[in-house]
Amino acid sequence: MARRYRPSLERAPSALALIGIPAASVMLGSMAPILPMIATAPILPPLGLLMLLAWRLLVRELWPVWAALPLGLFDDLLSGQPLGSSAFLWTLSFFIIDLFDRRMMWRDYKQDWMIGASLLATTLFGGLLIANFTGGATNPLYVVPQIVVTCLCLPFALRLCSSLDRLRWSL
Amino acid sequence: MAPPSPRRPGFSRRAQYGIFAGYVIAVAGAGLALLLALTARFDPQGHAAMQGFINDITAPLSSAGRAVVAGGSNAFSNVSAYFDAASKNKMMETEQKKSRLRLIQADLDALENKRLKRLLGIVETEGKAVATARLIGSTGSSSRRYATLAAGRNAGILGGQPVRALEGLVGRIVYAGRSTSRVLLIVDGGNIVPVKRVKDNVPALAIGIGDGRLEMRALAAGSNPFRVGDIFVTSGSGGIYPPGIPVAVGVIHTREGTIGRPLADPARLDFAIVEPVFVTAPPAEPASADPVE
Repeated sequence: MARRYRPSLERAPSALALIGIPAASVMLGSMAPILPMIATAPILPPLGLLMLLAWRLLVRELWPVWAALPLGLFDDLLSGQPLGSSAFLWTLSFFIIDLFDRRMMWRDYKQDWMIGASLLATTLFGGLLIANFTGGATNPLYVVPQIVVTCLCLPFALRLCSSLDRLRWSL
Repeated sequence: MAPPSPRRPGFSRRAQYGIFAGYVIAVAGAGLALLLALTARFDPQGHAAMQGFINDITAPLSSAGRAVVAGGSNAFSNVSAYFDAASKNKMMETEQKKSRLRLIQADLDALENKRLKRLLGIVETEGKAVATARLIGSTGSSSRRYATLAAGRNAGILGGQPVRALEGLVGRIVYAGRSTSRVLLIVDGGNIVPVKRVKDNVPALAIGIGDGRLEMRALAAGSNPFRVGDIFVTSGSGGIYPPGIPVAVGVIHTREGTIGRPLADPARLDFAIVEPVFVTAPPAEPASADPVE
């Protein structure tokens, strides 16, 4: 199908798409638990968190620092963690990325991956701590495979975000 | 030149205050969120209610795709069954020979049982199901193991009721929403099921360990009496779970307890059956010396 020509000059991108596409992609990722799939071990990567960190690492001025709060609360409604757990941990990781932003002038791809991976690991362990405090009793070792899978997924999330980024400016 | 930081917007007071307010909101919100998360320890019902409400809304999406996914996972296990088929075949043949003899014995025992029961006049009370429904989703990325059942209060389900499949125990209802309910699977670390070994009724506790397996810990102190291959069923002590539902089979022997595989795999269940809460008869009231009033 031939794409209709649209002039890209003299045209403001849609404000709704600029904010809406990143938020919607994170919320869609958070909705993974409604997939019709019964997991007997924590193995599915937290897709909402992956998208959130990928957006934050790619586009640093996209979100105010409080944006992780509502997105995290939405994730909590579906993820099975107690309410507030993601809202807290996601905001915490925004603060940490903020610190990196202040210290480092530029980041390359490998550094992005390393920052993202360490934040993913921290958040997943933090989530486990909160879940165990509120009634669970899972050995921390059993989260390690999930952390590895999630860190390996981060480049795909970054790639997806960069194409969504192009999309949101062209709408 | 270094990229301009969005956190330093230049001399505009308004922009600076905006950013400062953002940080205040974020810090306060994060603190409140942590407090909220920690209250789940004391008020799990409130949290379950909020999450159950969302489950009610998203359930149609999940249940529509469930049949497709179940078919897919069956196909995968069919393919993987071809590997090591020869050794499995040999093992199964020897097992079949053994079990045929046992089957004959079991038939005899069943006849004998029936005769004895008639003699005693015992009427078997069968567990009546509250509802039968599909499991349509689960929390795959959290370390807690909750599943969503496609039936709720409209089908008569109440919190606390045990959920089983034909093959064995699945879990119990933690929250019944309007049309869906949340099931805490037995493989969750927070779920403890009183069980006994089938062979000789040695009691144990089956505790989820979080990776899809259970650990059976003997109640008696000392060395672990359970072996690999032992089958455990619910003992019914403490109520909730009715006695005699298969729970797990031992696969790894350790010093503290035996690791077991659950007999009902929630990932490939066709239907889950919700049963009424099993109530043990309360112990007889001790006759009080001085009657009140």
